[in-house]
Amino acid sequence: MNNSLFGFEINVWLDALARLGLIVGVMTVVAMGLIYGERKILARFQQRVGPQKTGPFGLLQSVADAVKLVGKEDLRPNAADPWTFELAPYFVFIPIFLGFVSLPFLLDVNIRLLELGLLYFIAVSSVNIVGWVMAGWGSDNRYAMIGGMRAAAQAISYELPLVLSLVTVAMLAGSLNLKDIVEGQANVPYVALLPLAFVVFFISTLAEMNRPPFDIPIGESEVVGGPFVEYSGIRWSMFMLGEYASLWILSVLTAAVFLGGYSWPFGEDFGKGYQLVLMAAKSGIFIFLVFWVRASIPRLRIDQLMSYSWKILLPLSLVQVLVVGFVQVYELPDAFLTVAGVGGLLALVSITGRAVASSRRLPGAARTMRSEAV
Amino acid sequence: MVASPQHEFETQDLLINVGPQHPSTHGVFRMVLTIDGEVVKDVVPYIGYLHRGAEKLCETMDFRQGSGFMDRTEYLAAHNAELSYVMAVEALAGLEVPERAQWIRMILCELNRLSSHFMFLGAFGIDVGVFGTPFIYAWREREAIIDLFEEISGDRMMYAYFRPGGLAWDVPLNFKERVREVLKSTRQGIKDFDELLTQNEIFRARTEGVGTISAEDAIDWGMSGPSIRASGVPLDVRREEPYLKYADVDWDVITGENGDVFDRYYCRLLEMRESVKIIEQCLERLESGIIVPDKMPRMLRAAPGEVYIRTEAPRGEYGIYMVSKGGNRPYRLKVRSACLSNLQALRQMSVDQYVADAILVLGSIDIVLSEVDR
Repeated sequence: MNNSLFGFEINVWLDALARLGLIVGVMTVVAMGLIYGERKILARFQQRVGPQKTGPFGLLQSVADAVKLVGKEDLRPNAADPWTFELAPYFVFIPIFLGFVSLPFLLDVNIRLLELGLLYFIAVSSVNIVGWVMAGWGSDNRYAMIGGMRAAAQAISYELPLVLSLVTVAMLAGSLNLKDIVEGQANVPYVALLPLAFVVFFISTLAEMNRPPFDIPIGESEVVGGPFVEYSGIRWSMFMLGEYASLWILSVLTAAVFLGGYSWPFGEDFGKGYQLVLMAAKSGIFIFLVFWVRASIPRLRIDQLMSYSWKILLPLSLVQVLVVGFVQVYELPDAFLTVAGVGGLLALVSITGRAVASSRRLPGAARTMRSEAV
Repeated sequence: MVASPQHEFETQDLLINVGPQHPSTHGVFRMVLTIDGEVVKDVVPYIGYLHRGAEKLCETMDFRQGSGFMDRTEYLAAHNAELSYVMAVEALAGLEVPERAQWIRMILCELNRLSSHFMFLGAFGIDVGVFGTPFIYAWREREAIIDLFEEISGDRMMYAYFRPGGLAWDVPLNFKERVREVLKSTRQGIKDFDELLTQNEIFRARTEGVGTISAEDAIDWGMSGPSIRASGVPLDVRREEPYLKYADVDWDVITGENGDVFDRYYCRLLEMRESVKIIEQCLERLESGIIVPDKMPRMLRAAPGEVYIRTEAPRGEYGIYMVSKGGNRPYRLKVRSACLSNLQALRQMSVDQYVADAILVLGSIDIVLSEVDR
């Protein structure tokens, strides 16, 4: 079997090393591109122009930032725990990095095709929370500690709906192999069958990435950057790189498991170029949504965040798992899934609306303003 | 039966120092929060980082210099601060301000209220955690107003345009058209904020029912301005003791009902619409004429005596208590700062709220530290 990176047989270890090198290179470039893209897109939302002085259209802004960050002094507070503090960025960075291994970028273009790819992905991508807590604890800074604790609470809460919504996908595909999951969507992408699971997944990934409106651990206006507050230079840039890399891998995962990956809508026979455009477009939609949310939605409060996960998202995704099981056992038509999913979405919206209304701590107070002509 | 443990876990409240360098303290302000988990148990504000002895300094300045110096105490609403000072001088010196100067003063004060409230909306948007968008929107509208001020007075923040007796010089010939132009964009800006923040469910969930203060408490703390009107007290100096021409125009005092963060925000937003209404009426009634009294003395001397003049600045009652013993400068000057009084209620409003809410409460009373500390 010849599945080497270069198309010809080389030493297994060399092959693995080459693949790892490829991830590092591609991931860095993509993360820098995402940073540039986010700045440009946010600038458009805010009627600014964004970076424009470095290179054509400011394209080299990320490079300039990287050079600046690498050149900065790597500070460590005296009171910080040296090991915890210095290792924390790696604990954030490496798990995300490992997440790349199982992702199906294009047909047969991946690092390793794992039989339990989805499970592996979930397992490694949730490890990075250890790094957040380490950074929070090791910095010996109270803002950082609050941020780290918030991150831990948030990750535990949102991991569950995230995994449960992926479980429904695995049930439909009958496999944990991401290639099988993509190919299972050759006719209908799972987002059409599992709209509720998709929305739950999207919300949970926002929380998982600590993106707004769930950027509570780093909440700039409260805990001033949370766990990162004491970091500078290269270590800080590793956190940032990790953040954008996780945005990228989650967007690729979303494209693969919900939007039909490289196979939907026209099958896999149009060559790699077509697949690349397709994947870029699908993950691009996801990334754009994430940026859009950031530009327009305020941050939730920690208690609202927790109760939203435990009281709303988790029960609904459990119901979704039940419904999929029911449909599969009794071999009902797929349309049933869509109908149930849309119903579930409506339930999600209405429950969310009621939760928002009841989180107002004044009972039944009429929200009207008088204008008083005295 | 399992024996109950001898020692329960001991928990300790955490002290965190918010400020003097913190993105959400709106200046050099420090508050020490005692927190139990995420709940604020105590707040101790420390003020005075920006104390420059402004009141004492004013004793060394003649009236012309003093009105210019007042800008520095309230840099976001400098016209309003100047107004109190020059009105105090006029009361002591017995100067009659010409009609035209009064209308122009009124237009500029209301425009300054608009620009100051825009500043509040933008900063508050950041406090709630929207990444920059409301801030830039607010900045855009504020910029238009500030440009107008620059055309009139030659300066963007420190105008020194109101002089005892009238104005420094007359407004440009195209004044009316320019103000109408600015009002057009302002109206659109207010609408934008209504759509971006007021109608946002997360924003409502974050602000409603948070940091409430009752009307009685608000009166006891000596609050004023939108912060007290949000609690339902229709206290507005423009209505209570009409100065300039406020009795001659038609406008409403906006009051809230619950005295929570949302009401304080929304009162300001609605108040901006009233300001636009006032300015439009002023423009219609503005006629040509003189801008300083004919018999303006070359060296302005005030009669011995004392006077307290209060006006409605964007943040509340901005009062000047001036003692004169004759001569061309005040013997003693005391500024009654609205922000200082409003800030006193901070502890009562933020205790037993979440940390994130304490930040919102601080943001919602819209302090300007240079006015608090003077």
